[in-house]
Amino acid sequence: MAVSVDEAVPTGPVRDHTPPARRFGGRGRSVLEIALLTVLAVVMLFPVLWMIETSIKENRDVYAIPAKFFDFTVTLDHFKDVFIASGGRSALSVSFLNSVVVAGVSTVLATVLGVPAAWAYSRFAVKAKKDQLFFILSTRFMPPVVVVIPIFLMYRQVGLIDTKLGLILIYTAFNVPFTIWMMKGFVDEVPAEYEDAAMLDGYTRLQAFWRFTLPLLVPGIAATAVFALIFSWNEFVFAIFLTSSDDVRTAPPAIAGLIGGTTVDWGLVAAASVVFALPVLAFAYLVRKHLIAGVTLGAVRR
Amino acid sequence: MAGIEVTALHKRYPDGTVAVDHVDLSIGDGELFVMLGPSGCGKTTTLRAIAGLERQTTGDIRIGDTLVNDLPPAERDIAMVFQFYALYPHLRTRDNLAFPLRAEGLPKAEVRERVDEAARLMRLGPLLDRRPRRLSGGEQQRVALARALVRRPRAFLMDEPLTNLDAELRADMRTEIKHLQGELGTTMVYVTHDQVEAMSLGHRIAILNKGRVEQIGTPLEVYDRPASLFCAAFIGSPPMNLIEVEVADGKLRSKGGLVLTPPPGLPRDRCLVAGVRPEALEVTEPGAERSVPARVVSAEWLGDEIIYVVDHGGQRDVRVRMPPTVRFAADAPVGLRHTGGTPAVYDVSTEELVA
Repeated sequence: MAVSVDEAVPTGPVRDHTPPARRFGGRGRSVLEIALLTVLAVVMLFPVLWMIETSIKENRDVYAIPAKFFDFTVTLDHFKDVFIASGGRSALSVSFLNSVVVAGVSTVLATVLGVPAAWAYSRFAVKAKKDQLFFILSTRFMPPVVVVIPIFLMYRQVGLIDTKLGLILIYTAFNVPFTIWMMKGFVDEVPAEYEDAAMLDGYTRLQAFWRFTLPLLVPGIAATAVFALIFSWNEFVFAIFLTSSDDVRTAPPAIAGLIGGTTVDWGLVAAASVVFALPVLAFAYLVRKHLIAGVTLGAVRR
Repeated sequence: MAGIEVTALHKRYPDGTVAVDHVDLSIGDGELFVMLGPSGCGKTTTLRAIAGLERQTTGDIRIGDTLVNDLPPAERDIAMVFQFYALYPHLRTRDNLAFPLRAEGLPKAEVRERVDEAARLMRLGPLLDRRPRRLSGGEQQRVALARALVRRPRAFLMDEPLTNLDAELRADMRTEIKHLQGELGTTMVYVTHDQVEAMSLGHRIAILNKGRVEQIGTPLEVYDRPASLFCAAFIGSPPMNLIEVEVADGKLRSKGGLVLTPPPGLPRDRCLVAGVRPEALEVTEPGAERSVPARVVSAEWLGDEIIYVVDHGGQRDVRVRMPPTVRFAADAPVGLRHTGGTPAVYDVSTEELVA
């Protein structure tokens, strides 16, 4: 049996596939599709809509029975209350600032650590590479709640309880495995030959990575960073266990803390939630192209 | 320009894979040397070790008189062309070509002169202001070749540069590379898994298998007398027929009665296999002179020739190359005649050429 020599050759030029015409259906089908999608959209969006409505209603409209959908007085008082309390900044505004610092720094750290690691795992023959990668992934298998008690005890020993640094470290630790795995997919897509060629042209391996591979990875890094940011921004369990004082708490436990006691100021809760949701929405919207590139890039063979 | 000496090369990866077991190569100055083998045979690793992109575990590499073991790729004065072209995507053709020269720090005027010269050699004039993504595969590969040329290196290393091109373009580029190498007279090491490329390009071919060199020789030597059963099965399309034979009465006799002239110095008491090229056999009418009985199993009509697969003494895969005018139906009883000279003979246990 001769060894086949043509197996690596692509077969002929790739023809341009136009999407096939819809085979059956027509009007009845599309009406059904639109109806189902509308129902789905209403179910998904109603809580969001209700949150936004509540945040701009006056208190008596918030508690009105039956609930008022359209006919209510618009006010921005709740939003004012989110940021300003009597005699200066509110506790909520401090927690928002904490969230920005903790989520931002931990995302940057995870990216700075994870991207070079992903590059190394993609490019080099590392001893027991698959086992190492599996181990890294396995740290994400269990829900955070499982490890929160031991982490709490450890943090108490080293004095990281109720510190922003403590949260930054734990979020970074949780985001690095994710960053490594997601970025490894992106690095695999960039042909190693760019670096080889650059090294033959007189650059060191690190310079080759920095000057040629890294710029090609920017969409992937953006997508990965957004996911890491959303995780850190939304994280609740660690935040509520590891922090207690108003100076350190991030927004999720702070907002949750508004509920409880004898009365609940739902207007304030809703306004705080809107403020909390906006940055992530805005950021995801800004990088949406990269997000789509990030989601589809790995699926296409080069 | 310089020759390349590879001595006792061995490459073992940290995960324990041995990519190159033991390779010795002596590549002459100005030679077009082809390394041929199936995927995973160690040919690319050997090339990358010569380039300095991989550090060999043991063994020495010399380019010219310089021992380059510890030199980084850039200081080895070589240029490499890759299967995926590896043109810098953010640079225009002109800048891609100038890039290695600017990295060297050459004066502007000389950079321009050399870029123009390479562009002229590879006929890149109209493409100079385009970025790689606006070039076709063939154009990208010409730019990649030109980028190797501008360096005026001591040697070219080619890592399956034509694999991603379609068949027609590949044939053109093959001619072009061969012509270019002849013109420049620069040493070239060319890695491929395509035997047609190897045969048509190489001054000499090294056939690699499992990290070892099976045979080094000119294309004709490799074709006529493969040094091992592996080479015999790898080179030629269809490959050599391997027919079990016994030595009797000073002749080689197969089970089906085919009689071949034995090469001199044949050992007696071993299991032997004769390598017979499909064109050294002939399908004849049954009972023709010097023919032995056989039966057609199938026929492949290729237009300019027919490959008959015949059953000969129980061996059902004997392939015979015949002109398209000679036609036999499947299952027809035919005669099989040997028309070639002395065949290559292999020992079944060592899988090597014995005579």
